[in-house]
Amino acid sequence: MLTKNNDKLTNLMVPILSIILGFIFGAILMLAFGYNPLLAYQVMFDGVLRNPFFFGEALRQATVLTFTGLGFAIAFKAGFFNIGVAGQVLVGWISAVWFALAFPDLPRIVLVTLSLGVGMLVGAVWSAIAGYLRAYFGTNEVIVTIMLNYTALFVTNYLIRAVISDGGNTTDRVGPNASLSVGWLTSLTNGSRLNAGLFIALVVVALYYVFMTQTTAGFELRAVGLNSFASTYAGMSAPKNIILSMFISGALAGLGGAIHGLGTFGNIFTQSGLPYVGFNGIAVALLGLGNPIGIFFSAVLFGILDVGSGFLPNRAGVPDEMAEIVIAAIIFFVGANYLIRFLLDKMKTKKTVTEGGE
Amino acid sequence: MSMTKLRTLLAIGTSAFVLAACQGQDAGDTTDTIVDDADETEDVEDNGDETAENGEDTEAVDFRLAMITDEGGVDDRSFNQSAWEGMQEWAENRGLSDDHIDYYQSNDAQDFIPNLNQAIAEEYDIIYGIGFALLDAINDVAEQNPEQQFGIVDEISEMDNVVSLTFRDHEAAFLAGVAAAETTETGRVGFIGGIEGTVIDRFEAGFRAGVAHVDEDITVDIDYAGSFTDASIGQQIAAVMFSNGADVIYHAAGAVGNGVFTETRNRLESNPDDELWVIGVDRDQEEEGNWDGGNFTLTSTIKGVGASIESSANLTIDEGFPGGENIAYGLEEEGVDLTRGNLSDEVWDVVEEARQGILDGDISVPEAPGDL
Repeated sequence: MLTKNNDKLTNLMVPILSIILGFIFGAILMLAFGYNPLLAYQVMFDGVLRNPFFFGEALRQATVLTFTGLGFAIAFKAGFFNIGVAGQVLVGWISAVWFALAFPDLPRIVLVTLSLGVGMLVGAVWSAIAGYLRAYFGTNEVIVTIMLNYTALFVTNYLIRAVISDGGNTTDRVGPNASLSVGWLTSLTNGSRLNAGLFIALVVVALYYVFMTQTTAGFELRAVGLNSFASTYAGMSAPKNIILSMFISGALAGLGGAIHGLGTFGNIFTQSGLPYVGFNGIAVALLGLGNPIGIFFSAVLFGILDVGSGFLPNRAGVPDEMAEIVIAAIIFFVGANYLIRFLLDKMKTKKTVTEGGE
Repeated sequence: MSMTKLRTLLAIGTSAFVLAACQGQDAGDTTDTIVDDADETEDVEDNGDETAENGEDTEAVDFRLAMITDEGGVDDRSFNQSAWEGMQEWAENRGLSDDHIDYYQSNDAQDFIPNLNQAIAEEYDIIYGIGFALLDAINDVAEQNPEQQFGIVDEISEMDNVVSLTFRDHEAAFLAGVAAAETTETGRVGFIGGIEGTVIDRFEAGFRAGVAHVDEDITVDIDYAGSFTDASIGQQIAAVMFSNGADVIYHAAGAVGNGVFTETRNRLESNPDDELWVIGVDRDQEEEGNWDGGNFTLTSTIKGVGASIESSANLTIDEGFPGGENIAYGLEEEGVDLTRGNLSDEVWDVVEEARQGILDGDISVPEAPGDL
């Protein structure tokens, strides 16, 4: 579905209808359990959209989701299912924080750039392991990336405890020279943690678009994804493209992790599980149908839902898991897009028939 | 095309699975209050010194508390839940309605700060962060909102508007170790920790010291789940420990412990003649140990998170907010304790003896496994 490119309008209608259907499904479920869905959606959106702080937090969340979404999407385009985004986020996060803690006195522009660069590189290499194994040994990248997720989780926790923090559960905060915060953004959003990562995300969205549509490498990736045998026959190197797609995928996830680390927290602490932003990135990519601009907007929607869900229990008496059910339902309808396309086609044919009849 | 479809299907499956896995917490009995005007994260006007001075006035009645859970969620049947139960009890004792207390659940560390800000917008008198993981978030928010009063459990904050509530968990864990050592018949007991760190170190050190106090030859299997939320890991570790011959397991792992209870119940139901015991943590977990043949919760170490919240709230109302202070609770303050549970009379006598020893200072309990 990510590769089909027949009708632009239908392609746009699929995610939009999926979102609407997802909300309707959530509403039905809430009614069934005796909650008021209108009130729930109202407090969720009011809470986020009418309050600069929470809107800033939603955008901050969307920033990270954009990276994980793009990271997942690029591997997906090349035909791989990189479920290791969460682990790549984590290794990017810890290496960026670690680097920033190790060189606190570098000038800000240098330190920020290098820290993000280190996070990106480590994420890329981590993901390329799965790409390499796939390219030369034919291992299944889904299994390898899942295993690498847990490796990343436990290695990270070990490093935090034993190496970076001397037995504690959190590292020190990075210095002001590694901070991504932008004064006017912070004050505009009443002190939220929204940071320069947002602008980096927008630039990366543009770069992603250019890369995929305007460069030979991007064309090769898509070609391999569409039909790897035909691409090989046409003279493209399958192993090269496999590793490259996983490398870029991990680079994006690692950069997202670095921005999460420096921008959201400023440190890293032992994790009890893999970061949610990694898995939600998969959902974001699916809803965005692999289109970078679509991914950005679905990341914003997910950010709003995620932050807004916090208002549900206290202001509407609705469990916050309802927001997750809505998200799940949206993804379900995106996945079941055949159904939506079928209905759209039916409506179209009916129209033509009626018109013809007149 | 079929490949793409297959992949799509896999994608849906995985994402549905991932989303479904996002913890099954329940919003519980939250009140239906709708607060419209949270448009701005306004600073709270009516607390700080004012509340302290007006302690005797009618305003004291209108005192509101909120808590922010750590990742375990409010129904973890352990740490967070005991905090919430304490808050409910406090409201009941004070004759306050339900809308004077509330909790905010965090599914991820990134939720701490938005949750704190939500609570600040709702103008609670004291906002408690439940768990050491919230220290950074509380410090940040406390700095931005100097007029708001906060509390942090299990960590020490240096801020003037934060009261720190800490526990000498090792003292209760020591008694649990004594009870386990007196009860075991295989000479092997287990300890399951959540995430390694200073807090759980106290439990491990206390437990091991308690076992060694009774009998140096008893083996203590130590394992960490690396999580406070994943019950399946708790179940796995418990299975390994029981298979290796342990017959008493103490868990200090929050919701991970639910898996320990599940594993024990499964084993007992298939082999009713086995003698297996679990020691609960943080609140009396007796009801988690019910099975067809009785109850397998040997005892529980109590951590008076709820009581500490109650007493710090009462202290604030009566005498003023103890900001910047660290209030430590141990056996002496009855902030930590061991329940009687299913302990036999003989074992209980030994436990009582050890308790007296700690109170008298005859027994010093180590705080970290390194001090053993």
